[in-house]
Amino acid sequence: MTPRTFILAAAMAALPSLALADAHAGKVKVGMITTLSGGGAGLGIDVRDGFLLANKESGDRLDVVVEDDQRKPDIAVQLADKMIQSEKVDVMTGIIFSNLAMAVVPAAVAQGKFYLSPNAGPSALAGKGCHEDYFNVAWQNDNLHEAAGAYANKAGYRKSFILAPNYPAGKDALTGYKREFAGDVEGEVFTKLGQKDYAAEIAQIRASKADSVFFFLPGGMGISFLKQYADSGVDIPVIGPAFSFDQSILQAVGEAALGVRNTSQWNKDLDNAANAAFVEAFQAEYDRLPSLYASQGYDTARLLISAMDAADVGDRDAFRAALEAAKFDSVRGDFAFGPNHHPVQNIYVREVVKEGDVFTNKLIDVVLKDHADVYAADCKM
Amino acid sequence: MPTALLVEQLLNGLQAGMTLFLMAAGLTLVFGVMGLINLAHGSLYMVGAFAAAAVAAATGSFLLALAAALAAGAIAGVVVEMVVIRRLYDRDHLDQVLATFALILIFSEGTRWVFGSFPLQLDIPAWLAGPITLPGGIPYPLYRLTIIGIGLAVAIALWLLIERTRTGIRIRAGENDREMISALGVDISRLYTLVFALGAALAGLAGALVGAIQSVQVGMGEPVLILAFVVIVIGGIGSIRGALIGALLVGMTDTMGRILLPSLLATITDASMAASVGASLASMSVYILMAVVLVWRPSGLFGAAT
Repeated sequence: MTPRTFILAAAMAALPSLALADAHAGKVKVGMITTLSGGGAGLGIDVRDGFLLANKESGDRLDVVVEDDQRKPDIAVQLADKMIQSEKVDVMTGIIFSNLAMAVVPAAVAQGKFYLSPNAGPSALAGKGCHEDYFNVAWQNDNLHEAAGAYANKAGYRKSFILAPNYPAGKDALTGYKREFAGDVEGEVFTKLGQKDYAAEIAQIRASKADSVFFFLPGGMGISFLKQYADSGVDIPVIGPAFSFDQSILQAVGEAALGVRNTSQWNKDLDNAANAAFVEAFQAEYDRLPSLYASQGYDTARLLISAMDAADVGDRDAFRAALEAAKFDSVRGDFAFGPNHHPVQNIYVREVVKEGDVFTNKLIDVVLKDHADVYAADCKM
Repeated sequence: MPTALLVEQLLNGLQAGMTLFLMAAGLTLVFGVMGLINLAHGSLYMVGAFAAAAVAAATGSFLLALAAALAAGAIAGVVVEMVVIRRLYDRDHLDQVLATFALILIFSEGTRWVFGSFPLQLDIPAWLAGPITLPGGIPYPLYRLTIIGIGLAVAIALWLLIERTRTGIRIRAGENDREMISALGVDISRLYTLVFALGAALAGLAGALVGAIQSVQVGMGEPVLILAFVVIVIGGIGSIRGALIGALLVGMTDTMGRILLPSLLATITDASMAASVGASLASMSVYILMAVVLVWRPSGLFGAAT
């Protein structure tokens, strides 16, 4: 086996899948770049399905082009170029992962496109790097971790063992938790991104004197950690952001997640009319419970449609003002944009429960009311 | 570090090594005997995990799930060998990489079609769940001990097969001189199918065993594949003994690196910094080990000198 062989294998990127839509006059054309294949595909599929459900309910007022970025920044950039130059989209959306958002968003808004983020909220785009045409409809990355820290205070925890993958969003997570947590950090561990075996870390947790464990391990990493943690017999309570306890992965975690408290800006039992209608319509359309990501995709499309009612997308200033006003019934209840176009919203704590055969979350309490991010002060637009 | 924690971490390293061995054993046999680079070995691992999850969901039996994983791996191996791999033995390594890379994409998208994009559930059975107390009062998960046991059993069975049976003699002969052995009347293509199926079944078993404590999802095989390649390069290509020693070395280095490096660094810098830099160094430790071994023994620990 030669180095050449490995380079060839590594260099072979798969061809992007094509999903072309016809252009229709009088509609807003939306380019959605999201992750539909590979390990993170579940997230992108939920965002897409939530978005398309809202579009269908509006009578197809949006003309949506969907493309798969395969979680690769270079492919996302190519797709964005294609959408801007040959598809001539008006609005872009869809990106799940922060590193891909950093590769696409600044270039897209610089070329005069509106970008509505249904998920990724890197701090770099919330502070000095904010832009008047960039709106985040989900959260700033730190928010749910800050809420976890605040919840740990409420629950009376004094010593936390904290862990996250060794990459920017993981570092932001631990920073966010420590920003709100008033107790001491008993141990701090960065794991390898994509790591699936946590035996060594769990042994360290067992040996520590912590009274709580905070972790941010999205997707398959979280599934692995929770299963192994439950099997290890360590009984220190665990808290984390919603990403490891979401509807799309809870069934794979199974019993290991029962009873765990996690923080989220949304849950399916949030008591408002828009949410009840959304949960029912999503189940009817797709035959599964909606996830956090589906709710974010749904809200993103509804925000966009609400702006179309107020202004024409060709009149950029009016359209931007209509987006800023956020006059739509969010499935989260009250929703507003802060000065940096990131959400100001309540963040809740939920508990994993079993309803019949299905693992899901139950709303417990509000942790942070009308919470905004700390980076807004650095944003000058 | 307290002794109990050290023993627990050594067991963790041993268990990580045994899991890797199950993957690497098949890979090194195929590579050594047939001279074939099989990038799709990780896909067979995924096939085993999905087969186990599907059977466990349908029957509730973990043993049936393991049997299904072995069978699914072997069947997928036989089909792949007869349809694709067989045409590649006389080709350049680059062609092999290209074709088996295509197999990865086909397996991944095929699995997505059948099972969807969301991870599946595969749980540790109740009779293997939870920790037991080892001598010295060390609590350790029974399931991980079971994995260590299965790894050892497979290592012994493979050794017996290769060293003590007629099939083993043929496999060793095929490794040394494939023209001669076919001239002596051995059906070399059937031997190759057998070896490939054996490797695939072991990969399927590893996928099912690991799937119960990790996540069963599309793309789960590729990260393990890279480590398995590191193992067989360290151990020496084609050597089962090398694969075992290499796997244990890699498992031990990775586990101990992850806990020791950050705490070592914490003595000279602040905790957050040590955690971050230590983690980065730890993720390199396996590759540093490989580089050191290759400088010392260019054909691996137990590889035949070329």
